[in-house]
Amino acid sequence: MSETGTRRLRVHRFKRGDGGAHFDEFVVPAGPRTTVLDALRWIQLHADPSLALRHSCMHASCGTCGVQVDGQEELACVARLGDHRGDPVTVEPLANVPVLTDLVVDMADFFRRFGDRHPVLRASEAVAGAQPPDGLDRFVRLEDCIECGLCLSACPVAATSARYAGPAALSAAQRLLEEPRGADRDDVLAWAGRPEGAWRCHVGMECTRACPADALPAERIMALRRELGGREAGARP
Amino acid sequence: MSAAGTPGLPGAAERAAPGPVRHKGGAGGVRGWLDPRGRTIGGRSFALHRLTGVALVAYLYVHLGVLSLLLVGESAWSDFLGVVTSKGFLLFDVVLLFAVLFHGLNGIRVALVGSGYAVRHERALLWAVVAIGAPALAYGALHILGGL
Ligand code: FES
Repeated sequence: MSETGTRRLRVHRFKRGDGGAHFDEFVVPAGPRTTVLDALRWIQLHADPSLALRHSCMHASCGTCGVQVDGQEELACVARLGDHRGDPVTVEPLANVPVLTDLVVDMADFFRRFGDRHPVLRASEAVAGAQPPDGLDRFVRLEDCIECGLCLSACPVAATSARYAGPAALSAAQRLLEEPRGADRDDVLAWAGRPEGAWRCHVGMECTRACPADALPAERIMALRRELGGREAGARP
Repeated sequence: MSAAGTPGLPGAAERAAPGPVRHKGGAGGVRGWLDPRGRTIGGRSFALHRLTGVALVAYLYVHLGVLSLLLVGESAWSDFLGVVTSKGFLLFDVVLLFAVLFHGLNGIRVALVGSGYAVRHERALLWAVVAIGAPALAYGALHILGGL
C-alpha cells in the first residue's frame, strides 16, 4: 500500500449473540492505489483483528469479496478507495442476503435461488490438470458469472421480494437456452416463467451496472422474457 | 458437525439462527428504493416509476371518493370545485400531470425493454421519456395554471 495520507472508514459490525449491528470508524493509511480490501485488511492487522471479511484471489476472479462501498456494490479487492468520495467511506455487507458476521454474508441464500434441477454448473475447463481439494469431485463453474452476489444486492426487486430468483439465477437459466447441456428447454422456461421468476424484474438495470464480470444479467433476463413471451403467444389457441 | 457448530457449545444457538438480511436504505425494502446511494439512473427511474404508480393508485381512490360528492348534492359539488380550482390545488394538478406523464411514458419504455426489445437502448429510451415528457409537462403546467 503506497501511503500518501489517511481515509476514514465506517465499517458495518455484527456478531451473533453480541447485540445488534452497528458501525465502527477507523482511520486507515491510504494512497492512490489503495483498495477497499487493502484498507479492511489493514484494519484487521493493525486496529481490530476481530473484523471478519472474506476474500481469496485478490484480482476480481473468485467473487468472494463483494461489499457495498458507500451504497455501491463493489469487489473490495479492486475497488479503489480514491474512487469513493464519502468521508467516512461506508463499507457494508451485500444487501438482500443474510449477514453472517461483519462484512460476510451467507451465500447459501444466493445459490438457493438457482433452479436446482438444471445443469447451470459446468465442468471447469479453465485450469487443466488442477487437482480439486478433498471433498470436491471436480471443479465446476458458472459461465462468466463469478457468483459474487453483487447483482442480487443491487437489485431493487430483490429488496422487496425474498422469493425472487434474482439476476444471477435467471441469467444462468438464459445461458441454458443458448447452450442447453442436456437441460430440458421447456422445463427451464417453466422455471423462469414462475411468478418469482423473470417477469418479476422491473427493468431497474442495476444488476448489469453492478456485475463485475460483464455477464449482462439484465440483458439476459430480457432475452429470457422474450423467449417466454414467444412461447406463451405460441401456446395461445 | 452442522454449519452452525457443535450443539451445546456456547453461542451455538445464536450461530444456528439465520442472520439478519440487510436492505439498502437500512430497513424495509421500500425505503431501499429511495436510497440514492450507489444507484444509477436506471434504479432511480425504477423508484420514481413505483412512487408515481402508488401515487396514481392513491389518487384514483381519492378521485372516486370525491366523485361521490355528486351524490350529496349540487352545492357540495360547487363548494368542492371552489377549493380545487384555487392556485394551491392547481399546483397539485401539475404534480399529478408529472406522475401521469412519467409513469405512462416510462411504462412504455419498461414494457419495450422488459419484453426484450431495444434492451441495449434502454438508456436512450429513458432520455426519450425526458425529451417527450418535459415539454408536455411544461405545456400542461402553463395550461393548468392559466398561462395559456
Ligand atoms: S478477492 Fe477474489 S474477487 Fe475479490
